[in-house]
Amino acid sequence: MRYLITLLAFILINTLSASDIEKDLQTQFILAEPGDTIIIPEGSHNIRGTLSIDGKKDLIIRGFGMDKSILSFANQDEGAQGISITNSSNIILEDFSVKDSKGDAIKTQYVDGIIFRGITVEWSGGPKPSNGAYGLYPVQCTNILIEFCVAIGASDAGIYVGQSKDIIVRNSKAFHNVAGIEIENSINAEVYENHSYENTGGILVFDLPDLIQTKGDNIHVYQNLIENNNLNNFAPPGNIVGKVLPGTGVMILAANNVHIYENTIRNNKSVGTGIVSYFITEEPMTDKSYNPYTSDIHVYNNNFDRKVGLPTLDYEIGQLMAIKYGRTIPDIIYDGMQDPDISSGLCLQNNIKANFTNLDIEHNFEKWYSPFISNFSEDKSAHKCLTNHKRSTNSY
Amino acid sequence: MLQLFRKALTALVFISIVFSEDLLKYAKPKLSDYGFFIGDLANQQPKKNVLPYEVSAKLFSDYAIKSRFIVLPTSEKLKYQPNGSFIFPIGSTLIKSFYYPADLRAPDKNIRLMETRLLINTPEGWIGYPYVWNKAQTEAFLEIAGERLEVSFINSQGNHENFNYSVPNFNQCKGCHVNQNQMKPIGTKARLLNHEYDYAEGSMNQLRKWSMLDMINNLPEISSISHTPNYNNPNDGSLDERARAWIDINCAHCHRLGAPGETSGLFLNIEENNKTRLGVFKPPVAAGRATGNLKYTISPGKPEESIMVHRMLSKDPGIMMPELGRKLVHKEGVELVSEWIKKMKED
Repeated sequence: MRYLITLLAFILINTLSASDIEKDLQTQFILAEPGDTIIIPEGSHNIRGTLSIDGKKDLIIRGFGMDKSILSFANQDEGAQGISITNSSNIILEDFSVKDSKGDAIKTQYVDGIIFRGITVEWSGGPKPSNGAYGLYPVQCTNILIEFCVAIGASDAGIYVGQSKDIIVRNSKAFHNVAGIEIENSINAEVYENHSYENTGGILVFDLPDLIQTKGDNIHVYQNLIENNNLNNFAPPGNIVGKVLPGTGVMILAANNVHIYENTIRNNKSVGTGIVSYFITEEPMTDKSYNPYTSDIHVYNNNFDRKVGLPTLDYEIGQLMAIKYGRTIPDIIYDGMQDPDISSGLCLQNNIKANFTNLDIEHNFEKWYSPFISNFSEDKSAHKCLTNHKRSTNSY
Repeated sequence: MLQLFRKALTALVFISIVFSEDLLKYAKPKLSDYGFFIGDLANQQPKKNVLPYEVSAKLFSDYAIKSRFIVLPTSEKLKYQPNGSFIFPIGSTLIKSFYYPADLRAPDKNIRLMETRLLINTPEGWIGYPYVWNKAQTEAFLEIAGERLEVSFINSQGNHENFNYSVPNFNQCKGCHVNQNQMKPIGTKARLLNHEYDYAEGSMNQLRKWSMLDMINNLPEISSISHTPNYNNPNDGSLDERARAWIDINCAHCHRLGAPGETSGLFLNIEENNKTRLGVFKPPVAAGRATGNLKYTISPGKPEESIMVHRMLSKDPGIMMPELGRKLVHKEGVELVSEWIKKMKED
């Protein structure tokens, strides 16, 4: 009987106007029972308010393909997300698109088991500060899988995983975002075989203060193609991601136990891979439990490449690098802030075409505007890895 | 033809509602089915066991006026909690109706009831059910997917306000009422009830009244219970107390530990004393364009440079706070919080 009703409703919906689809989808989301599959019909559907799912188990929401089933929020007048999923478990989102939401595209919070598969999130008017902050946005979730997804135009991060645990992000594309992919204050993440390009920064691993999950751990970023991330930083000022230099491939900020390997990181004009402490943000720090240093960072077996040319001149660090190094900017840049309590800082091994510099900001900070008397060090010898990281055969 | 389809769809949705007994087994299809009121339903004349109450600091809901009632199962009692809401016996119902007079300056005249929300404490926990009033104002019907209703009224300055009033859907009820993944009432805290109410039989402190009616177990001496000010009344508490009361009731249902706003690390409940967590010199975490190019949630002395005020002033769904239940700007609230930030010392 239930099936018959769903079927009948489905046939009818296809003949109805957009607002009826919104109400019908929302009703189905509210009434869904474990094991249900909710279908997003073909076509571009005009949705005016956040579609919300709460307290559900074993639910599939499926479209007919990311180019065929499109939820368009261009006329949204209510709610801070396109789709919001909370307090749920085993939710699968498959084969549809969310376009032009006024805030974040798809936010999931307090969900155990969330799969984003074949989902596109996009702001279609190009990179603009008025675009929503996050595309795919799981936060405070566990068991996250993001695969075969596309994120375009987010004014913060296209694919953003925050304060979460047990995460895979793979085979996805992110472009024209401020940050392509960002893993923040999260534990056990594998980010691999993604293509992050033409963002301001390709892949970011951040630990920020004053959050519930205070410290990330065990992050592996490997076999990704991270290239041409030279877009102007269009993040609205005030956001931490606004501090990312245009031309950043990988940025590790105040994070712990991070492994970057077998990636191709090329033609990012300012920083191939940056390893920096929170001090570099020059933000106040009142969270006493927060550790602002990077520690246990491993960067190995990556292929770096960079066209000769100036870094960004929009940011002080960019200007400093340009004066110091001209058109041949080092690929791996470390701020030199070693956690005094931890011996394992940064280790580098067998990176191809990788020049290194240690900014040693602790001693050079005062002379920030006098690069000619700043003492940078290109010496890698202090950053030898203790283990020999073998190169895997299936490199990107 | 399209009309016909729509009617058919509505009927189908209704059928599927009846079939999904899980969520709706504690709900009745119409407000009148509960028998809370005597006579004309729109007059909301409560039956003897249905007691009206008022909270001192109110959530701003687009200038809608709200009437509230509490119903307890016969001879059962509330349990007092020093922090948070009373604990309710199963079977309790909280009733909240939202209405607009044609002119806010004559609040008792030409009333249009918009919706009545029931919060029912079931054996499976609290569940919120929204009922939408019909045009004829004779009945309110359960509407789980929410509703948009056009509203116009004359505000307290004598200006016309026209907007799309939004009845929350079933999930959105939980969006505000959730704490540690459980639905909870928000307004039924002793500190929000600790003031006089104009009962038909005379004015009395609400806690005293409830106590007299034998509705509460273990209520301490009323003078020992704190009172959250009515933020609209300049004589009820200091500027700091009134601003914190506004922020608590309008923000803290999400911005507290265990509620959805906790991801930001911004905690705005009245008990919070850590300045950073309250937003002072706190950079935003996930605000995106909602920062309005400002650096901190609160910049002491500078309301115009505080993200909090910027988001209270916005009506853009990607910027505004609270995220839900507001289409208009609460001018008086903005003035109060701005004044509070302006007087705040930078230290």
